[in-house]
Amino acid sequence: MSLADIAAQHGLHRVGARPKLGKYLKQTWDRRDFIIALARYRLQSDLANNRLGVLWLVLRPLLNAIVYGVIFGLLQGPNRGADYPAVVVTGVFLFEYFSSSLSRGAKSVTGNRSLVQSLAFPRLTLPVAEVIEGFFSLLPSLAVLAVLLPILGHWPTWSWLLMIPLLVIFTVFNAGVAMFVARLTVHVQDLTQFLPFVTRILFYTSGVLFNVDTIFKTYPWVLQLYDFHPVYQVLRIARSVLMGNQVYDPMYWWYFSAWALVAFVGGLLFFWVAEERYGRD
Amino acid sequence: MDGTENVTDRVPVVIVDDLHVKYRVFASGRAARRTKTGLLSRTQGGVRYVHALKGVSFTAYQNESIGVIGANGSGKSTLMRAIVGLTPPHSGAVFASSRPNLLGVGAALMPNLSGESNIVLGGLALGFPKKEIAGMRDGIVEFAELQEFIDLPMRTYSSGMQARLKFAIAASKQHEILIVDEALSVGDKRFQKRSEARIREIRDAAGTIFLVSHSHQSIRDTCSRTLWLNKGELMADGPTEEVMAAYEAHRSAQ
Repeated sequence: MSLADIAAQHGLHRVGARPKLGKYLKQTWDRRDFIIALARYRLQSDLANNRLGVLWLVLRPLLNAIVYGVIFGLLQGPNRGADYPAVVVTGVFLFEYFSSSLSRGAKSVTGNRSLVQSLAFPRLTLPVAEVIEGFFSLLPSLAVLAVLLPILGHWPTWSWLLMIPLLVIFTVFNAGVAMFVARLTVHVQDLTQFLPFVTRILFYTSGVLFNVDTIFKTYPWVLQLYDFHPVYQVLRIARSVLMGNQVYDPMYWWYFSAWALVAFVGGLLFFWVAEERYGRD
Repeated sequence: MDGTENVTDRVPVVIVDDLHVKYRVFASGRAARRTKTGLLSRTQGGVRYVHALKGVSFTAYQNESIGVIGANGSGKSTLMRAIVGLTPPHSGAVFASSRPNLLGVGAALMPNLSGESNIVLGGLALGFPKKEIAGMRDGIVEFAELQEFIDLPMRTYSSGMQARLKFAIAASKQHEILIVDEALSVGDKRFQKRSEARIREIRDAAGTIFLVSHSHQSIRDTCSRTLWLNKGELMADGPTEEVMAAYEAHRSAQ
């Protein structure tokens, strides 16, 4: 009798085998406390050495918004469009959530090599924890936004509550992206060097600082392409929800939801297939 | 071979079946022309293949504590990581009744956080539910002897204190299959004795233990059976005293 037969006879399982997708998701769900602790403690640990601590979560995006807003506001002159400060602040804050999911997700497996090599847990927890950490850092920014918008002339309305489902969809989208790049960098480590450029390109093309409709007025086909730009859509939807004068077709909710679903399912499958590969040199 | 093959009432918990592990390494710089180890099987465009385990087979039974000895680079740690499932086999397989655990939680902890928070984080990383961790907390603090310091950031601890905390968290729970890789050499003599005692406790409560150590004394004290690895091959598998004697004879002959 071979050793494998003896193993089967005594009900032993092969170690390290990739679990079926359903079981994998359940194992990850069982680790939800770990995911949240990882996100929370990492954030806490990153800020522990700074004197201003948690205040930086607010200051960083705020300073970003001011710098970009002033520079690009001046450069664009009258082309910048109405309500420019509110547009920029909303855009910069929300884009930060996406870009941090992308850059942290990319490092979630490769940057935690020793953790991956010493403890057994579904690796999916790593990119997901990075997105949750990004979400936690977004919360103070949202509080600042809630204070800034009335100052800039946009009083709270009931439609502000639509931010909650929007953030849920946005989180699903970001998680999908994070899972996708988490595996990509495992195969192509050099991507970590390249991703900041991707982030920057997306930053300038997502309408964070520019009014896309004005710039591409004479190129309608470019505007049509923007119907398929998920990051652009989430910013536009958020602005339309928060500011009364930024109209955006509600059908884009569906467009963006479809994006989120595709990104999440695709990213999940892509990540799960290589589960046995992580931590291998 | 070890006189246990025919005993049928013993329950196998880990079966290692003709296990081969190869590493692919991106080599930088030039390799030495002639390597005595023989581990380097081929070199190709800066990529080297290291054949770290060459067909290892054995069966571990419930309630056994198995020592693993061998020179540096003989494949001990690779074998342990393969048993835990962290290093995928090139061919062959490892079967186990439940997921084996490596004793060690250091990689999950964060130096900036207090000992308190690290206990929670480490416990969650090991897969314990939150409620259970709250119950384990006092035992961990007491075992690590960190009562007065538990609210301070871990980076302020001495290396001995950090090692004690890591061991205390990792060994806090009953493991079915536990792998201890050189973890017993931390702390002072007194703490080493206590960690060895803790390991024996885990074994006596129906656990199976693999102990990798360069300290022959701790293997003699803890293990009834020993595996001897040499250059990725299993040289001997049997009662600790016999294997130790053969190993020591081999070493002094070199």
